[in-house]
Amino acid sequence: MTDIFSILIVDDEASVRDSLYSWFIEDGYEVVCAENAKIALEILESRNFDIILADIKMPGMDGLEMHRRIKALNKDAIVIIMTAFASVDTAVRALKDGAYDYVTKPFDPDDLSHLIRNATKQLSLQAENESLKEKAVYLENVEDLIGNSEAMQKVLKEVANVAQSSSSVIITGESGTGKELIARAIHSNSSRKFFPIVSVHCGALSESLLESELFGHEKGAFTGAMFNRKGRFEMADGGTIFLDEIATISTKMQIELLRVLESKSFMRVGGNKEISSDFRVICATNRDLKKLVENGTFREDLYYRLNVVNIIVPPLRERFEDIPPLVDHFIKKYCTAMSRDVIPIDPAAIKRLQEFEFPGNVRELENMIERAIVIGNGKEIRLKDLPLGKDMIDNTVESLDDLEKKHVLQILIKYDWNISRAAKALKVDRVTLYNKIKKHDLKPKS
Amino acid sequence: MNKQYITIISYGHFERDFLTKIAESVFHEYGYTVVIEENHLDMTEYYDPSRRQYDGNKLLTEINAHCQAEAIKTVGLFSVDLFIPILTYIFGQAFLHGRSGIASVYRLRNELYGMQQNNELLLARFVKVVLHELGHNFGLKHCHSPGCVMLSSTYVEDIDQKNAGLCPQCRIEIGDSILSV
Repeated sequence: MTDIFSILIVDDEASVRDSLYSWFIEDGYEVVCAENAKIALEILESRNFDIILADIKMPGMDGLEMHRRIKALNKDAIVIIMTAFASVDTAVRALKDGAYDYVTKPFDPDDLSHLIRNATKQLSLQAENESLKEKAVYLENVEDLIGNSEAMQKVLKEVANVAQSSSSVIITGESGTGKELIARAIHSNSSRKFFPIVSVHCGALSESLLESELFGHEKGAFTGAMFNRKGRFEMADGGTIFLDEIATISTKMQIELLRVLESKSFMRVGGNKEISSDFRVICATNRDLKKLVENGTFREDLYYRLNVVNIIVPPLRERFEDIPPLVDHFIKKYCTAMSRDVIPIDPAAIKRLQEFEFPGNVRELENMIERAIVIGNGKEIRLKDLPLGKDMIDNTVESLDDLEKKHVLQILIKYDWNISRAAKALKVDRVTLYNKIKKHDLKPKS
Repeated sequence: MNKQYITIISYGHFERDFLTKIAESVFHEYGYTVVIEENHLDMTEYYDPSRRQYDGNKLLTEINAHCQAEAIKTVGLFSVDLFIPILTYIFGQAFLHGRSGIASVYRLRNELYGMQQNNELLLARFVKVVLHELGHNFGLKHCHSPGCVMLSSTYVEDIDQKNAGLCPQCRIEIGDSILSV
């Protein structure tokens, strides 16, 4: 199955076909339209569609008859019957004949989205069943998980294995080792890849904010809650929820999380309606959760519910052989982002990098390379461009962001805020410069 | 210097300050100068009495027909309730990879939901709808990334939950589109 679902729209009204076409194209579907059943059946002789959306009342063959013929050719076809004239009789006939659903026009936008989403979920499950039968497993979308070291290859193998199931995963590793990247790799290699992966940084939120963020809230649940708000569990329906810094959540939240994981249902804060959501949980932590269970700060039952699979990500200092390919990757990334030619790195610099401890792991390495590209001579990365020793630290600049902001502002002032000339001097394109202006909130003095 | 610009045309008696703030947000996100215009349409031509709403498809076609050659994109701003045949309502609409879009404040007002008027929130919502429709003009489809302005919104609270900006992936995708204009 491809990543893009295809929809065939069959309706005699051009305005309906055009509207549905625009709606679904914007949602990323492949869409073909047919103005009557005869044309639709001719199209279906030459190719399949994942979903067929068919009107009942059409000149010539009606939608119900067309549906029966489609089902005769392909019993698994997902056909949704739509009509502006709802009747119980036709609805029952359509559903008895195997229609996926029966809907009346005009649709509520949310109903239409849910309808198609549920249909694509069913298709995903069918595809998962087929793919599980295949023996070969390969990983997609792992370009950012760089490393030929034995340690990283082990991690990638674990990602490939765990992606095939919906088991909960705990990813353990020091800060900056790429735990979120691994979570995204698991998601994008699973059958849930057609649905969102939703991230929550548990460590950044207070208990009450985290509760509202995860479960959502109803209008009026607390001061300032003026509208209903979907929580992250709801947003992750069909997909994956990634809970970063899981060790930081309070005991109360641990109890609530356990209940949700067991029942896959919950209520919004201030609500009284049970909401179901089908999601997979991936957690990350830089703490030793087993030790936290032993000393009583993390619930044992929640630990075992989450820790079906544990992937341990090694720190960068334990896989120094991955530093050269990581450096290559970051050089390409930042040179491309700044619309510059890719530059080489001095072998002495690479050697020194491989001797460095990297307490901040891959994130620290990435930061170093980006900084070196910004402040360097533009021809190559030299040892002196890297802050690997005390004498290399610029005491007047506290962070890479500060350095960038100061430099961009200097150039803008020099060229009197002429964007084209400033961009040329900075060797970036205009879009990149506009993004930098917005990022640092730079404004000309009036 | 790039002479291309985006036009936003007010058809809904919006205050100048309101329009200026929308223009500033569009400039910050997409990097083009924004020209504000005001215009009038005989809205009765677009009114469907059976729906008691205004036809979004027809309005979009009208905006598209009157795009100026130098304007790379044009967005019409309305204050009436919009629909398209298949849906009960829309917040806005645009041609994917096209030159025009429309957006309405009607369903963004707190008062419609029995809440107290909030002009600041109304502006924030409207900015997001305009940025969203322009995103479609620049070739972006709906995004799954929570917070991205290209996330599909069916209710006004969905609009409140997203940011007034593109996610990194959409920014990368749109980069090519903007540079090729």
